Amino acid sequence: MVARTEAVISSPVARPARKMWNLARDAPWIPCLIVVMVVLAALFADVLAPHDPEVSVKTDTGRPVQSYRPPAWMKGGDLSTPLGTDFHSRDILSRLIYGARVSLLVGIVGTLVAGAIGTLLGIIAGYAGGWTDQVIMRITDAWMALPTLIFAIFLASVLKPSLWNIVVILSLVFWSQYARIIRGQVLSLRERPFVQLAQVTGASSLRIIRRHILPNVINTVMVLFSLTIGVAIIIEASLSFLGVGVPPPKPAWGLMMAEGRGPLIAGKWWVSVFPGLCIMLLVLATNLLGDWMRVRFDPQLRNR
Amino acid sequence: MADTLLEARDLTKYFPARAGLVLRRVNQWIRAVDGVTFSIAAGETLGLVGESGCGKTTTAKLILAQESATSGVIRFRDQDITALQKRDLMDYRKSVQVVFQDPYSSLSPRMRVGDILAEPLEIHTSLSRAGIRARVGEVLELVGLPADSVRLFPHEFSGGQRQRIAIARALATEAQLIVLDEPVSALDVSIRAHIITLLEELQRTLGVSYLFIGHDLAAVAHISHRIAVMYLGKIVELADSLDLCTQPLHPYTQALFAASLPSHPDEEKDEIVLSGEVPTALNPPSGCHFHPRCPMVMPQCSGAEPPLTEVAPNHWVACYAV
Amino acid sequence: MPTPLLQVDNLRTHFFGFRGQRAVKAVDGVSFHVEAGETLGLVGESGCGKTTTCHSIFRILPPGAEVIGGSVRFAGEDLMQKSPRDMRRIRGRDMAMILQDPMASLNPLFTIFDQVAEPAYFHRGLRRHHLRSRVAELLHMVRIPSPEVRMHEYPHQMSGGMRQRIVGATALAGGPKLIIADEPTTNLDVTIQLQYLNLLKELQRQTGVALIFVTHDLGIVAKMCDRVAVMYAGKIVEQGSVRTLYNHPQHPYTEGLIKSVPRIGSKADLYAIPGQPPDLANLPPGCAFAPRCPEALALCCRDEPEEIALADGHTSRCWLPVQEGIDG
Repeated sequence: MVARTEAVISSPVARPARKMWNLARDAPWIPCLIVVMVVLAALFADVLAPHDPEVSVKTDTGRPVQSYRPPAWMKGGDLSTPLGTDFHSRDILSRLIYGARVSLLVGIVGTLVAGAIGTLLGIIAGYAGGWTDQVIMRITDAWMALPTLIFAIFLASVLKPSLWNIVVILSLVFWSQYARIIRGQVLSLRERPFVQLAQVTGASSLRIIRRHILPNVINTVMVLFSLTIGVAIIIEASLSFLGVGVPPPKPAWGLMMAEGRGPLIAGKWWVSVFPGLCIMLLVLATNLLGDWMRVRFDPQLRNR
Repeated sequence: MADTLLEARDLTKYFPARAGLVLRRVNQWIRAVDGVTFSIAAGETLGLVGESGCGKTTTAKLILAQESATSGVIRFRDQDITALQKRDLMDYRKSVQVVFQDPYSSLSPRMRVGDILAEPLEIHTSLSRAGIRARVGEVLELVGLPADSVRLFPHEFSGGQRQRIAIARALATEAQLIVLDEPVSALDVSIRAHIITLLEELQRTLGVSYLFIGHDLAAVAHISHRIAVMYLGKIVELADSLDLCTQPLHPYTQALFAASLPSHPDEEKDEIVLSGEVPTALNPPSGCHFHPRCPMVMPQCSGAEPPLTEVAPNHWVACYAV
Repeated sequence: MPTPLLQVDNLRTHFFGFRGQRAVKAVDGVSFHVEAGETLGLVGESGCGKTTTCHSIFRILPPGAEVIGGSVRFAGEDLMQKSPRDMRRIRGRDMAMILQDPMASLNPLFTIFDQVAEPAYFHRGLRRHHLRSRVAELLHMVRIPSPEVRMHEYPHQMSGGMRQRIVGATALAGGPKLIIADEPTTNLDVTIQLQYLNLLKELQRQTGVALIFVTHDLGIVAKMCDRVAVMYAGKIVEQGSVRTLYNHPQHPYTEGLIKSVPRIGSKADLYAIPGQPPDLANLPPGCAFAPRCPEALALCCRDEPEEIALADGHTSRCWLPVQEGIDG
């Protein structure tokens, strides 16, 4: 007669609902809101933007409106261009909305690619150990020693300026951070009994990495991801500001800030300040989200 | 006795101790396992006891082919395992499984129980998904867990239940030998008896053999047919468990029994308090490794090592004083 | 009847969830006392509340846990009323604690001398050669060989058994009247454990310190303790002298614990207490042990039993003796 145990108390059905509720209750609402707004702006730019961002706003007669028109609430402003216009009479608001696309695209895709490369190398280094680990880590160390922004500028001057090249640059710049942290996690995971158990059972390295290691590093990757998106956006903005980023006339927040540098001194502040505000809010939001995720999900990263 | 399932002969495992900052030359060896010989028959439990540093964990790793032996032979069903390459060990791994001590870290935290149990089947058999599901249901029933456990994650179970899952996993591929590395040490006292009883029952119905490593002499003696006592990489005594309990012959075994706690406040015990600390395996004492702490030490004990000799039927001791 | 050294009355400690949600009643009405110089065993399995009880007495509870009722009188004074400053004076000087993992109690960056000397320095004001000779004396008491030399070594240079003895020396350094030892031998080898327990007994004889020994191992209780309190789900279910509990256990949980310890050399079927340890967040109505109790009555699943006094300081929290009394 096999010793019977009591059945497990809670039913499996109730649990996922409970988890979602707890998640929703604790989420930091303001950063989420900001991020959602930016995403919506990027997705529905065609619908939301009042004007074409790359072309000057025309009056009914077909002539371009005043350039450097101030925002609507100031003297000389007009509701059709709520945040004012730039040198080429382009509507600032529409450029901001379309600019969200560039920032998000570059930030997300660039970080994704960097994360993928870095995680892959980190897992290989951590799991294989020995010479493989040493070689990969030394390369990573050397890479991390390169100053991020200067390296990005260098790459930008070598490659043709284009949106996708910026993505390439960002991934080349950031992968090493992922590699280092993931490798550390994999090192400690490798010694845990459940991995040893899989080895004793005869599981292949690939299977162990896929089923035991990867699911346990995914949390860290997500948190790292949200933390580095902010940096990626700033790098993109910096590159655009310096003129080696996304080429005009495509709207990009950094580029808009660059274009507004001169007029800023002349008192036409709205050309630089609004894109600057957007960058600041988005990066702040992603950082806060990333922090919240870190505290909530991954005890490993708590001390970083 | 039934036929021999596993035989270990003169097993040694030395780990290099490196010195020097740059060249890191090997100047010494840690003799974790230093010439160990034993056998396990089908359906039998061999208990392995000893304190920290005695080499029982390393012995387990050698049996599980997690480490390769420095010298010596392991034969499983008459096949030499130590000579096999990693990739040829799949058959062996199907038949030899393990249950670890800590139920909280030996199950993959992000896999459902059903997947955890299915994994050995996926690796070793070519069963269909339905076949795997059926077998998973079978082993869950064997260990007394409800069938809908498959959907749950390990952290939703208590420590004792997790060990049951670990045992079920070990049984999935119809293993013939299970290495149990202190399987109940991390469990609550009232749960230990459940697990030990379960293991004994499974042995009765399935005929599986166990290598039971533990430090609680009473529990080890209960589940084991024979017990081997290890000290500093060597087996100092090997006997039927009841024989060992009633008549421990080696001074170290006697000290172990004397050190076990009484089961009643009025219980009289001969106290044998050993002097000194457990030495490291880095530079074991000459001759009999135990002689510096032995209450019955004689001059020849520091000379040549005493061999493991059969001093009574099925009772082997490595000691000059016996 | 002299006042006991430590008198705990109806202590209740709850753990509060993230936003004050439903509490876990870790310690739910615990009362016991310790006389000067005696050893009390606090026995129970994981989650029963024995460690939380000790942390409550010491007032070192983690954030999220709070003592919400009861009193702890030490040498006549209620510790719950003391200011943090007063408590700091009491900890280390009048009461000390020994923890399970010696590596967690010893700072790897400081020498043995620094660590053993600290309580003597702060609580007894010893300095220079007085301090040095006191540390040497303490190390000698805990049988560390060549104490004058070894006191300048670091914890990693010592074995596990030696480290635990050094922790003991640190506990004694302030001259406490009470030491709480929380599972100090769990990580030690069996023969080292014997050395350590004998040492504790000897130290107790020499210094007259009272000892609360927290453990799940009944064997330690049988060897070391004068009196025992058995805990289950945050309550003391039985307490009394060691002999009384072993010879006439009243509460079915105590009986079950004693029966489920395997005896060396016996191949008889092992007794196992049926069921699982309780989920403190979801306790059933009535007696917390009722779901697992082989002698449970219908009453047990309805009402929580009160603590009943049997003979001679032996108490039990169970309906059975009441029922037997009624049945005659």
